[in-house]
Amino acid sequence: MAQTTVVESYTGPTPQELARKYGLGTAGRLPSLPEYTRQLWAYRHFIWEFASAKVSAALGNTRLGMIWQVLTPLINAGVYYVIFGVLLNTKRDTDNFIAYLCAGVFIFGYTQSVVQTGVQAVSGNLGLIRALHFPRASLPISIALVEARNMIASMAVLIAIVLFTGEPINWQWLLIIPALLLQTIFNAGAAMLVSRLGSKLHDLRQLIPFIMRVWLYGSAVLYPVTKYTEHLHGWKLAVIEANPVLVFIELIRHALMENVTLAGSPMLLWTEAAVWALVVGIGGYAYFWRGEKGYGRG
Amino acid sequence: MADTERVPTIIADNAHIIYRIHGSIGPHQSSPLSSFKRLVTRQKSTAIREVHAVKGASFVAYRGEAIGLIGTNGSGKSTLLRAIAGLLPVERGGAIYASGQPSLLGVNAALMNDLSGERNVTLGCLAMGMTPAQVKEKVDDIIEFSGINERGDFSSLPMRTYSSGMSARLRFAIAAAKKHDVLLIDEALATGDAKFRKRSEQRVRDLRAEAGTVFLVSHSEQSIRDTCERSIWLEGGVIKADGPTEDVMKEYETFVKK
Repeated sequence: MAQTTVVESYTGPTPQELARKYGLGTAGRLPSLPEYTRQLWAYRHFIWEFASAKVSAALGNTRLGMIWQVLTPLINAGVYYVIFGVLLNTKRDTDNFIAYLCAGVFIFGYTQSVVQTGVQAVSGNLGLIRALHFPRASLPISIALVEARNMIASMAVLIAIVLFTGEPINWQWLLIIPALLLQTIFNAGAAMLVSRLGSKLHDLRQLIPFIMRVWLYGSAVLYPVTKYTEHLHGWKLAVIEANPVLVFIELIRHALMENVTLAGSPMLLWTEAAVWALVVGIGGYAYFWRGEKGYGRG
Repeated sequence: MADTERVPTIIADNAHIIYRIHGSIGPHQSSPLSSFKRLVTRQKSTAIREVHAVKGASFVAYRGEAIGLIGTNGSGKSTLLRAIAGLLPVERGGAIYASGQPSLLGVNAALMNDLSGERNVTLGCLAMGMTPAQVKEKVDDIIEFSGINERGDFSSLPMRTYSSGMSARLRFAIAAAKKHDVLLIDEALATGDAKFRKRSEQRVRDLRAEAGTVFLVSHSEQSIRDTCERSIWLEGGVIKADGPTEDVMKEYETFVKK
C-alpha cells in the first residue's frame, strides 16, 4: 500500500456532485416508511432479545427472580382487595366488585407501565443509540413487548380471581385475546409517541405521574362506570366514554363477567377499541419514524 | 488498487455537529425562583447547553485508505466519527456522504451491565444486524477472542463483575466480529493488556483488508504511524491539517510540545 494522498483542497466537482457520481448517500438519511418497516422487521430478533434482556436485568438481582412476574399482580390485587373489599366493603354497588375492580386495575396498569417506561425508552438508552446502528423504534417496541409478557402473567392471576369469585367459564372468555391484542397495539403506539416526546421534552417525565392519575380516575377503575352516567352529561360524558383505556377495561369486563353494566353496547366498544388501536398504533409509529435521525443528539 | 480512478467512500462537506446537553445546571440556577424568572423573562434555559463539537469539517476519503484522526482530548475526533457513522446528526448547511453503512467500532458501546457476558455478546451481535443463526455460530469465537474466560468461567457472570479491561475487551471482540465496508475505530487498540493489544491489532489489520476505508482515532502515535498513511488533525473542532501521516504528525508534535 504505497498510495499516498494529499488532499488539502480539491478542485473539480463539488462535494454534492462527487457524492452523486459515486452513489454515496447522506450519512443519517431518513429512510422511507416502508423501508424503515423492513429494517425494523429485520431487527425483530434484536427487539425480542432486548425485551428479554430487560426483564432479566430487572429481576436478575432479586432473590425470587421470575416469580415476581406473578407475585406483582397478585400483591397488587391483594392490596385492592383489602382496601375495597374488606375495609370499605364496596360490594353493594356492583355484583362481584372484586373481579370488577381487579379487571380495571390490571388493564389500566398495563397501559400505565408502558407509558411510564416508554417515556425513557430513548433518553435512557442514549449510550446504545450513540454506539450502534439499529432502527430506534426497536427500543419503545421492546418496552411494549416486556409489558405484554408481564401482562400474560397478570391475566393468569386475573382469571384465577374471576373464577374464584364465582364467575362461570364460557366461550365469551375468548374475547379477551382480541381485546388484549388491540390494547397491545395501542400501547406500542403510545410508547413510541411518549418516547419521542420524552427525548425532547425532559420535563415530561415529571408530569407523567399526574397525567396517569387523572387518566386513572377517568377510566372507571376504582368505581363502577355507571358513576359517570349518573354525574356527567354532554361533552364531559362523551370525552370520558371515548377514553381508550376505559374502552379496553370495559371489553375485558364484558368478556369475563356475567352481569356487568357497560358504558356502551359491545359493538360500539369494539369499534372504538379498533379505531384507537389503529390511530395510536400507526400515528405513534409514523411520529417516531419522523424523528429517527435526531435521537442521537440527546 | 484503483490508482487510475480513486473512488470516494466518505465525503464530508462543511459538517457542523452540535451536541445539546440537558441538565447542566450551575450553582446559581438551582432554585425554583430563578427557574421561574428564566421562564418569565424568556431567557434561553441554561439547563440546555449547546456544545459546538465539530466546526465545518470538509474532506474526502477514498477506497483503500486508512486515515488516522489525531488531536488533543476533546477536539471532536470521536464526535466526527459518530457523525460519519450517522449516529449523530449533522447541522443544516453541511452534509456527510458515505457509501453503504459505515460501522463504528468503539469501546464505548454500552451494553447491559446486569447481564452475563454471553448474553451481551448475543445482544450486541443482534444489534449489529446479524441473524440468530450467525450469532450462534459466532458466540464462542467472540468469547474466545476476548479472552475473558482465561481465568475461569467469566462469560456466564454479569458484566458488572468484570474489570474495566475485561469489559472493554469483550466490547471490542463483539464489534470486531462483523465485516464492514467503512470501518471507524475509536481508541479500540488502546484496550486491554499487551497480549490482547497484539491480537486486536492483527484483527484490525484483517478487517482493514476487507474494508474499503478505515478511520482510526487513537492517542497512540505508534499505532497511527503503523496503520495509517494519511492523517487528519482536528483541533477545537476544526481541521488543522490533512495529509501524509509523517507531515501531519510533525506539525501536531510541535503544537503539543509548545
